Amino acid sequence: MSERLSVFKTYKLYVGGKFPRSESGRVYEVTDSKSNWLANAPLSSRKDARDAVVAARKAFGGWSNATAYNRGQILYRIAEMLEGRKDQFVREVSEAEGLSKSKAAVVVDAAIDRWVWYAGWTDKIAQLAGGANPVAGPFFNLSTPEPTGVVTVVAPQESSFLGLISVIAPVIATGNTAVVVASEKSPLPALSLGEVLATSDLPGGVVNILSGKTAEITPSLASHQDVNAIDLTGADTDLARDLEIAAADNLKRVYRPRPVDFTADPGTHRLTAFLETKTVWHPTGSLGASGSSY
Amino acid sequence: MPKEFNTAAFEYAPAPESRSVVDIAPSYGLFIDGEFVEAADGKVFKTVSPSTEEVLSEVAQAGAADVDRAVKAARRAFEKWSALPGSERAKYLFRIARIIQERSRELAVLETLDNGKPIKETRDADLPLVAAHFFYYAGWADKLSHAGYGSDPKPLGVAGQVIPWNFPLLMLAWKIAPALATGNTVVLKPAETTPLSALFFADICRQAGLPKGVVNILPGYGDAGAALTEHPDVNKVAFTGSTAVGKAIARQVAGTHKKVTLELGGKGANIVFDDAPIDQAVEGIVTGIFFNQGQVCCAGSRLLVQESIQDEVLDALKRRLSTLRLGDPLDKNTDIGAINSAEQLARITALAETGEAEGAERWSPECELPTSGYWFRPTLFTGVTQAHTVARDEIFGPVLSVLSFRTPEEAVAKANNSQYGLSAGIWTEKGSRILAVAGKLRAGVVWANTFNKFDPTSPFGGYKESGYGREGGRHGLEAYLDV
Repeated sequence: MSERLSVFKTYKLYVGGKFPRSESGRVYEVTDSKSNWLANAPLSSRKDARDAVVAARKAFGGWSNATAYNRGQILYRIAEMLEGRKDQFVREVSEAEGLSKSKAAVVVDAAIDRWVWYAGWTDKIAQLAGGANPVAGPFFNLSTPEPTGVVTVVAPQESSFLGLISVIAPVIATGNTAVVVASEKSPLPALSLGEVLATSDLPGGVVNILSGKTAEITPSLASHQDVNAIDLTGADTDLARDLEIAAADNLKRVYRPRPVDFTADPGTHRLTAFLETKTVWHPTGSLGASGSSY
Repeated sequence: MPKEFNTAAFEYAPAPESRSVVDIAPSYGLFIDGEFVEAADGKVFKTVSPSTEEVLSEVAQAGAADVDRAVKAARRAFEKWSALPGSERAKYLFRIARIIQERSRELAVLETLDNGKPIKETRDADLPLVAAHFFYYAGWADKLSHAGYGSDPKPLGVAGQVIPWNFPLLMLAWKIAPALATGNTVVLKPAETTPLSALFFADICRQAGLPKGVVNILPGYGDAGAALTEHPDVNKVAFTGSTAVGKAIARQVAGTHKKVTLELGGKGANIVFDDAPIDQAVEGIVTGIFFNQGQVCCAGSRLLVQESIQDEVLDALKRRLSTLRLGDPLDKNTDIGAINSAEQLARITALAETGEAEGAERWSPECELPTSGYWFRPTLFTGVTQAHTVARDEIFGPVLSVLSFRTPEEAVAKANNSQYGLSAGIWTEKGSRILAVAGKLRAGVVWANTFNKFDPTSPFGGYKESGYGREGGRHGLEAYLDV
């Protein structure tokens, strides 16, 4: 009896909660670290990028207005779903990054725990990043952080899964929506992540994942007038500078690439990078001195 | 009752929630070191359903020897538990939160049976808040260095926790979730009239794979509570209950290094100004005092209404009270359930009689009381002065004392004229008045144009003799950290 022939997966983009092929009809070859063919990934066009922005903008209202508790539960649900598909991601990370199965398993465990870490931040960051301001006058004065809007995320090129999750989770934890440009060389874990997000109660459009040539997709996102911020983590020095210049056109918030160890404690800077601070003033009136002496 | 108030237009058919979702065992042990065990002296007590007086189960009754055994188990568990990475403790707490969500209908029915409160409340308020509280503090376990208590704040050790019967599982959550998140281990004593949900929680700890000894549950009476809070190897005492017991604990811990939080009685003022939206205010007054039969430490048990709208508010309030449905707590349409115990019913009855004897005018809507169980009609007292017992003492029942005022200054003075300082309500359309009045109130929680709102992210606790320390939110971590 001959060995059973396996069924290959067609890797697709994840946009607006659906799994389209690239509108361009193009794909490119993805290989493992030893140049063995793994799959053909969609080669996204600028039109795909614009479609993703439309989807992210559409999702922003609902997601940013969801309670922080609700967002936390959904992020935690993503961790639960990932835990159940660990074997698949261990294989994909192992192939993408040339790691042994056991080392890849450590990476995937850390990635799942990172979702849990950010799930816990959704309803806590406001108490750290906001608060009452003791202004010198009879005013109630409260600063509250709010999500900035649609964020383009240029995912890290090397860390195809832990790095990817480390840049997506903080963006959406605070109520932003994301257009993610996956690692050019290793996009498969990102495209498979889309399948997890689609089954984790995450509303469609909150995270949109594109694969393709980073230098081809990102300029149109950096100059897009309906994108509010851009995380340049996965852009090389020259590209990052060009994208930052393009981003200045509508004053996008820019998170510059910096050396990063994704296995370390992530801190809060990726959360606060995509927050606006809103301060509300209201007169407190006056009641005189009575009532204060009890 | 005047005829015009008889507005209950139609009767509802019975709509009872099914009891079959919960399986109560005929007997339960103490939960010590991950096992259910008998009390050292073999004592047991019965827990009854307050709405029917039916015996629900027989429960082991902890004594001083059991307290010692549980504290030792918690001490043994502390070393490993506190040394776990925060991210691992977080995952245990997330598991507990999720299992509570999964079993929430079962726990809601159980709580209604053992406590007597309406299923509407256990289903829509208690249980969602319980799960949310564990979910919230789960997230803090690996973020303590960000909480503002230093770069590496340490747990205290073994926490001895004593909780009341009015929100049994919710008070357990308020105590256990922050304690475990910060790396402490706990010995918790639920109230003698409502031990069951805490024992079911022990089973949830088992399902979650929580290490043995991290949570120990000791059903029992006040003597077990006292033995726990005075145990020399307890590092932290957390108590929710009466002010008298709170003061006894404060004396008992004097001269020790025990950290203490006390969440005690209240006599909340619900202040209604003449520009308030009357219908909303009436709903808020009803929620404020009749939620959980008024057995709420932060109840709005004193209504302070501006003189010019007093008649209008009282008429609307009486009309609304006439539509409240009192009866079977398991019925989904029930607004007012049973009083938790015969003892509590006697206390409420005596205080209401004192109100009448001192000259306040008593009013209740006409409503039939069930023939078995512990019941008390929603009750209003008008013509109340600040000197009246019903304006000063916490009744902890469905009894509202109505006072009036003319100016905001007078409202604040009357609101603050209390030994307590837990909660207050303000009803007005004017934002600056809300903030001015809130600024002068000596109360730990002030609700404006709403009442009895709770959230795990929001700190809760009292001024003055309502206790000290805060539970909930970032502030709630401090009580369990060595800072």
